[in-house]
Amino acid sequence: MMAVTAQENAPGYRAHRTLSFRVEFVRQLRRWRTIVAFVVLLALPWILVAAFKISGPVSADNGTPGLVTVATQGGLNFAAFSLFVSAGFLLVVVVALFCGDTVASEASWSSLRYLLAAPVPRARLLRQKLAVALAYSTIGVVTLPVMSLVAGTAAFGWHPLRLPGTGVQLPAGQAVARMLIVLGYVLVTEVAVAGIAFLLSVSTDSPLGAVGGAVGLMILSAILDQVTALGSWRQVLPSHWQFAWLDAVQAQISWGGMLEGASVCACYGIVLLAVAFRRFQRKDIVS
Amino acid sequence: MSLRRRPRGRILAALAAGVVVVVALVAVIVVVRQPGPVTARTLRIAVVDGPGHDQHVSLDATFFTPPGGGRVPAILLAHGFGETKDAVRAEAEQLARAGFAVLTWSARGFGRSTGQVALDSPDYEVKDVGQLVSWLARQPRVMLDGPGDPRVGITGASYGGAVALLAAAYDHRIDAIVPQTTWYNLASALFPDAAGGSAAGGVFKKQWAGLLFTQGAAQADGSQPTGKLPASGVSAALCGRFLPALCAMYQQVATLGRATPQAISLLGRSSPSSVASRIDVPTLLIQGEDDSLFGLDQANANDQAIRRNGAPVGLVWFAGGHDGGNQETGRITQLTTDWFDRWLKSPHPWSRAEPSVPTGQPAFAVTRNLGYDPSSGNQVLEIATAPGYPGLAGSKRTAVRLRGPGQTIVNPPGGAPPSMSGLPGLSAGGAGTGNLGVALPMPGESAAFTSAPLAAPLQQTGSATVRVRVSGATDMTVFAEVYDVDQAGNATLPFQLAAPVRVTGAAAGRTVTVTLPAMDYQFAAGHRVRLVVTSTDFGYATSPAAAAYRVALAGPGLSVPSDPALRITGGGVPWWTWAAPIAALAAAAVILLARPRTRRAGLPSPPGPVAGPPPTPVPAGAPVPLEITGLTKRYRDGQLAVDGLSLHVERGQILGLLGPNGAGKTTTLRALMGLLYPDAGTITIFGQQVRPGAPALSRLGSFVEGPGFLPHLSGRANLDLYWRATGRPAAGSHLDEVLRIAGLGSAVDRRVRSYSRGMSQRLAIAQAMLGLPDLLVLDEPMNGLDPPQIREMRDVLLGYAAAGRTVILSSHLLGEVEQTCTHLVVMNHGRGLAAGPVTEITGGGAALVVGTSQAQRAVSVLRDLDGIEAAEPHPDGVVVHPNGVAPSAVVAALVGAGIPVDRVGPGRGLEDAFLALIGAPEGE
Repeated sequence: MMAVTAQENAPGYRAHRTLSFRVEFVRQLRRWRTIVAFVVLLALPWILVAAFKISGPVSADNGTPGLVTVATQGGLNFAAFSLFVSAGFLLVVVVALFCGDTVASEASWSSLRYLLAAPVPRARLLRQKLAVALAYSTIGVVTLPVMSLVAGTAAFGWHPLRLPGTGVQLPAGQAVARMLIVLGYVLVTEVAVAGIAFLLSVSTDSPLGAVGGAVGLMILSAILDQVTALGSWRQVLPSHWQFAWLDAVQAQISWGGMLEGASVCACYGIVLLAVAFRRFQRKDIVS
Repeated sequence: MSLRRRPRGRILAALAAGVVVVVALVAVIVVVRQPGPVTARTLRIAVVDGPGHDQHVSLDATFFTPPGGGRVPAILLAHGFGETKDAVRAEAEQLARAGFAVLTWSARGFGRSTGQVALDSPDYEVKDVGQLVSWLARQPRVMLDGPGDPRVGITGASYGGAVALLAAAYDHRIDAIVPQTTWYNLASALFPDAAGGSAAGGVFKKQWAGLLFTQGAAQADGSQPTGKLPASGVSAALCGRFLPALCAMYQQVATLGRATPQAISLLGRSSPSSVASRIDVPTLLIQGEDDSLFGLDQANANDQAIRRNGAPVGLVWFAGGHDGGNQETGRITQLTTDWFDRWLKSPHPWSRAEPSVPTGQPAFAVTRNLGYDPSSGNQVLEIATAPGYPGLAGSKRTAVRLRGPGQTIVNPPGGAPPSMSGLPGLSAGGAGTGNLGVALPMPGESAAFTSAPLAAPLQQTGSATVRVRVSGATDMTVFAEVYDVDQAGNATLPFQLAAPVRVTGAAAGRTVTVTLPAMDYQFAAGHRVRLVVTSTDFGYATSPAAAAYRVALAGPGLSVPSDPALRITGGGVPWWTWAAPIAALAAAAVILLARPRTRRAGLPSPPGPVAGPPPTPVPAGAPVPLEITGLTKRYRDGQLAVDGLSLHVERGQILGLLGPNGAGKTTTLRALMGLLYPDAGTITIFGQQVRPGAPALSRLGSFVEGPGFLPHLSGRANLDLYWRATGRPAAGSHLDEVLRIAGLGSAVDRRVRSYSRGMSQRLAIAQAMLGLPDLLVLDEPMNGLDPPQIREMRDVLLGYAAAGRTVILSSHLLGEVEQTCTHLVVMNHGRGLAAGPVTEITGGGAALVVGTSQAQRAVSVLRDLDGIEAAEPHPDGVVVHPNGVAPSAVVAALVGAGIPVDRVGPGRGLEDAFLALIGAPEGE
């Protein structure tokens, strides 16, 4: 065996090289929950396509405005529709899963203490885990509309985006730009979910508790949002803004709702993540 | 070994508490937002009016007063045509809740009021309002500006809006008005000519006029308790409660299909235009964009008249109107309240002497329909505002080139079937798309001139104009409309408005400038603009004589006005949109940087420095692998896990950490790994202090409280990823070497989930040895190993230390510790009881255990015996370290002292020493 060296740190140890993004990404990649989440996101568009094919075309003239009536107008319309039906819950669950599970599952496997003793500095561990969780969340949120675009185009063809309730059609180039705006906005709103989930993740050793807690709080927020008597108080609820991106699926894009929603959700994200970092940096690891 | 966990239940409890607090908050808000009570008093007010001031009319009224006492400003709230005071009850209550005394009344000829409909005549309805103002001046709750002069505003829509404008002109006690969806000149509203002609030659708006007249006539049935019917028989059926003169006028114009001079004069007296120079109070004009009866041009004329008089004016174009659309009721009521708040509640209301005062509202506000919310189907409305109102000509004009040859259109005999721009009162479409709306130019009766696709969106705010040349008859009526044509060719008529044009003397052709309906509308990029000229329109009276007209463009095309100063309110978003994230970032900085509150507040402060041996000074250049000084750790639940522990370990040592459950061993090891924040004391590894994440920890390999692996990965992948997570070069991992020590064979490539306890234990020890750390910490490494593996592990550890590294191990297997370790630290209750080489602790030579029932006496006897090194009580009697004294001499001494000796046997080394140490009474 090698002789003991007299240096202060182990050979080659640099704090800023610990737990690289790539290593953490690989550590999470082959987990069942990752695989299942992506299978669901990739399969859902095809299931929806099948549902539309079986039930026949939706009548656009029945007086019901809404994305569902124009869902089968083409790939772009179908992508907008699938985002509309999944933004309220499915995407919340996906983001809560990636961000809520990440630290709590390490605690439940006891691997957290060995990472910290490696040592991966706590702030760095949290930063890397957050970066990877957000990366997975982003990939997840992007996967759904992209796959919907593919499935919708395969099933219904490539046509301009037809706006619901009007005869207005956006040419494909403009429609793709609008979809990118929509995606960007959806990602910003999910920052609030990520913040809640991440804070719970560093606060508990139970991954299920963290993910379920985050989803539960978002459900509570959605329920409170239904209480119209709350008036403008509802504006502080993160789920109040979940569908503000519909303003981008208009003839004239209107930024007000999206800016306000992005502001509220970013506030939740910033503050909750700060609390998560503070908690984690100052807590005793007893898992 | 049990570490005190923060109970998981506490997080759940916190969550539940949070939910309860939120729900309670919601309940409180809902309760608090319940409106306060408003007092409503129904009464009849007698008024005298008529040209001779001799007609006695009893008005049915309701007086709303806000809660509380004291004088407040008053508001007269008038209803629309065909309605009664009940139609405005909700709005009255809202205004009363906002702190105004509100009087609503059914106008003469409507509801339970007596009298006949005189169409807002200065001799009738306007006189009545003057007497209502006097009535208000007598009410104890109404604030006065002077004797008989109350502080009062008046508002109303349509019929009520016109009476507000007229009353302000005739009665100078009125301080502010908010007329809505009303006319400037009733004659030009009912007989418009978009070519600029007067009402005398205007085109009769026959559908609207008919609707209004029948509305006024039909409500006669039964709803009139005391009033006298004006006549009997046919006249009563035809005229209902209309003043006979009015009724006769309508019958005449409806039959003729055009205005008579009498009609123009009668309608003119009922119009603000007749008193335009006298309306000089702060006025908020609210006009509907979806209104084919009183269009935006009527509000425009009112605005210019009142502005000319020097009074402050605000102009609001909202999404509704007489044709439907979104009436924005809540917003309109709020704007009305704000206007009256500004002008009636101020201690210094507007005075003609100092006219230029801020109104508190933008001079021009326009509701824009951005389309439909796909989830709810509601219109998406935004409010654009500008500090000034440029008029219908706009502040900027854009030319839109139209193309199309001259076309011949037919005026069918009898004017049927007519083209249709919209159904009066029913368009309900808003900007261009309505579900109910129909816009149907009849083929053969319409000419079309279309632009190229627009390169950029085209915003129109105001009235577009176009020059056309028409010929074919000496007196003709045509209708001009501007359609929005999308890429698919679908044409929609924004707001379903048509501009009627009367052209006379045009047999040989005449060029006219047509002013198209005023609107706020955006044509999307890629769409086309289409001018359609029709010979008929459902809403208007046209000539029944068959004719063919020739229509051609007489200029390049449309001139479209806009007002670039209009901006979506407040730069689009409320101030907090930008402020909140900045505040959140500041809060985050505080959260991350603020010093924590004193930890463990409320608990006894940790003990002072160091019980136990003083720390050995670290020789320069050769730092000690591990030095713990005065380590104290108290968990949040108050349990003192480690209490002033000090120890140090030298190179090449294998230190055994012994102690019963709860002695603080694991806490010590966790602190050593940088997982805990000690309350006091320091730990140094190779001279560097250990803190969470301290780089010196890279020289530490650890296995504490069981393995920790990713269950979905193989053992090899786990070790590989763990090493990569340390960020150190792959060459330094010694992966193969440690895997050989783990001895997992081919199982190393299976998922960890499938491992037995022993297998994962060995893998965890291998992980601790990755990179061959200078200091190896193993917690119960032998647990779960079988005897051959235990022996192997012992050899590995001995070899490891022999190379100059240091091993710390805790174990319950005292025999193993004795055989493996060179040094020992015995702990109990968080304290170090003994520390030193194994031989020192076990007493060096072989110990004797003397079985006796009188242990205390035996100890004192033996301690007096020469040569005996130590004698301690023991569960079986006494343990003696004879140190060369023969066992027989020990027995003899005891027996000699009269102490019974039951048996004498060899001691069990470490176990005896350990039990003796931890069995020692507390507090010694």
